[in-house]
Amino acid sequence: MDTTRSNISPSTESRFGLPVWVSALLPFVLLAALIAVFFNTNPLAVFSGELPPIESLALERIELRPGQFVVTVFNSGPEPVAVSQVMVDDAFWQHLISPSGALPRFGRATITIPYNWVESEPHVITVITETGATFIGEVAVAAETPRPDATQFLAYGLLGIYIGIIPVGLGLLWFPAMRRMGRKGLNFVLALTVGLLIFLLIDTALEAVEVAGDVAGVFQGLPVAVFAALIAWLGITAVSGKQPEAERDSSGGRMRIAALIALSIGLHNFGEGLVVGAAFALGEAALGSFLVIGFTLHNVTEGIGIAAPVTKDRPSIKSFIALAALAGLPAVVGAWVGGFAYSPLLATIFLGVGAGAIWQVIVEVGRLLLRDAERRGESAANWLNVAGLALGLAVMYFTAYFVKF
Amino acid sequence: MTELTSLSRRKFLKLGALGTLGAAGVAALAQPHASATESPPPPDAGVIDHEAHGGNLTVGDVDLTSPGAFDPLKYLAAFDYGRVSTLPGGQTLREWDIFAADKEIEVAPGVYFPAWVYGTEQSGAHVPGPTFRCAEGDRLRFNFLNAGAHPHTIHFHGIHPPSMDGLTPVLNRGERFTYEFEAKPFGLHLYHCHVPPLKRHIHKGLYGTFIIDPPGGRAPAREMVMMMNAFDTNFDGENEIYAVNTVAFHYAKHPIPIKVGELIRIYLVNITEFDPVNSFHLHSAMYRLYRTGTRLDHYEHTDMVTMGQGERHILEFTVEYPGRYMFHAHQSELAELGWLGMFHATE
Repeated sequence: MDTTRSNISPSTESRFGLPVWVSALLPFVLLAALIAVFFNTNPLAVFSGELPPIESLALERIELRPGQFVVTVFNSGPEPVAVSQVMVDDAFWQHLISPSGALPRFGRATITIPYNWVESEPHVITVITETGATFIGEVAVAAETPRPDATQFLAYGLLGIYIGIIPVGLGLLWFPAMRRMGRKGLNFVLALTVGLLIFLLIDTALEAVEVAGDVAGVFQGLPVAVFAALIAWLGITAVSGKQPEAERDSSGGRMRIAALIALSIGLHNFGEGLVVGAAFALGEAALGSFLVIGFTLHNVTEGIGIAAPVTKDRPSIKSFIALAALAGLPAVVGAWVGGFAYSPLLATIFLGVGAGAIWQVIVEVGRLLLRDAERRGESAANWLNVAGLALGLAVMYFTAYFVKF
Repeated sequence: MTELTSLSRRKFLKLGALGTLGAAGVAALAQPHASATESPPPPDAGVIDHEAHGGNLTVGDVDLTSPGAFDPLKYLAAFDYGRVSTLPGGQTLREWDIFAADKEIEVAPGVYFPAWVYGTEQSGAHVPGPTFRCAEGDRLRFNFLNAGAHPHTIHFHGIHPPSMDGLTPVLNRGERFTYEFEAKPFGLHLYHCHVPPLKRHIHKGLYGTFIIDPPGGRAPAREMVMMMNAFDTNFDGENEIYAVNTVAFHYAKHPIPIKVGELIRIYLVNITEFDPVNSFHLHSAMYRLYRTGTRLDHYEHTDMVTMGQGERHILEFTVEYPGRYMFHAHQSELAELGWLGMFHATE
């Protein structure tokens, strides 16, 4: 027994008498040697045959400027890719590529194509490589890509305000009414909040999956979304874990939960702003003001959710403004990022973070309900709570009719 | 890509040693096309020439200078008459040593296609294959060697014994067969591989034009062969590139020089795979259309003809004014994907 223990106890020498740093480096040295041998002898030559190189090219961004397309291509494949020709709507088109020559792995190039694109109609841009492989980028509805000038900046900011701040603020105005409800009424509202958060979780997760599909293969969009969610969830859990259990049901503890809800809804709204901003930038503004007002209606419930945990208390106006800003302002930032610097990878990460944060809030609010039920020796799954949850889901589901097509 | 080229090169050399394939033919075949790693595609990386068909053009140019490179302008009138001798009965005998091989070809500037090609020592190996030309009544002998990795045959259009129709025998790599028959009827014909899957064997490039001249020949003219063909470079069952004579937009960038008043004769063959039809439209002039070229006295006067795969016609015209005469498929999609060219007429 004793010998076993001494074997696993830390020591500065390994059993071969080598200093620790040598034994730690040894595997790296051997690995480097093996890689060198592998590349020099190329034992896989037997598999290579007459296989053409694997090419993978992503048309990351298509900007529409007056009389031209500006396409950013990204080589996400293992080997260099040479763009040989470009087609617009199945017609070869003259263009300029910068930088010229084959794109190295992870290389980017900009293709400028003079073309009289047709306002509000779709276009397809096809890049044909040296090997004859084709890669496609689509313009759903042609409209000039916004440039980040003052007017555009304000317009996108306004978009974010309508999607985020206005609905959250309106929802918070229900606070006085919510205060007059009894214990059961409050539990009902909390259950409703859980319902709407579950809707947001699923909505955000699905959005993340969809956007992850646009991420270049090498960046592994879906795992990135899952990891972002996991880290966001655990990160927020770690932060909130600092608070002693006894304080959780205090006024400060409840405000902390409200702030947490506001933060996670803010992250969700950032994702929403990102998606709407990108949709406008990519020409789907044709969907019109209906989409924006739809989001406003859809997001009003978010305010109720934020206010629900603090109905027993008397928070200051300042705290309400702070909560509204925490939940709503990210939509403004999201709209700017989506409009002027959209990247599927970034969007995937933020949507993943949003999903993780929402999950954490569902756990927190659920705990409030459970603790209340426990104190009274009841089950938290009583008809009132279940009805609240169902109503939350229903409200979100049906208001989503305004924004889903 | 380098791997592919060098492997193919080695394979050709081995097969050349294997048979009586002419050394020069092998050498012509073995010339590698420029590949990405050896010499990158046009480093100028694009030209924007607004005069040129409103931007609807490819960028750069195909390799025309390296030995064995395919020059569509030279192909136009590169007729391969074979080795000519006279049989005891006085009949003319024409003999060709033709091979099939695998070769990477450039179908648009910087776009390479893993083709299957026919070749002869005289004409080299490319897509379309050599243009065989003879007179009605000649004895024809095609000594065929399959030097490609896949089984191939040659199927000639025209009249001959069914045993010579190129269905059997199917020749594996390194095998030979001699197709022998009398040239008839006069007209414009074609040849192509007839091994299933036909779609693949044809669209990979195994085809060429086969002209049988009428007794006494046709009136002297500026003659040119145009095979309407196309390439499915990503193998999705649809063509990415259309052309006459392989290279997209080549004759748009390098107009074919002609003279005002000179008789122009085009041997036009449609071998386009996947699309039901192709067509030929000429700007600013009308042509006499001799269907299949099998009658000398019967023609139609038009500027537009639509043809299914395997259809071929002889077009004759003269132009009245100097200037540029565009010709193209009148399916706009095909024209915009490369099947568009120019004649440049001078006094």
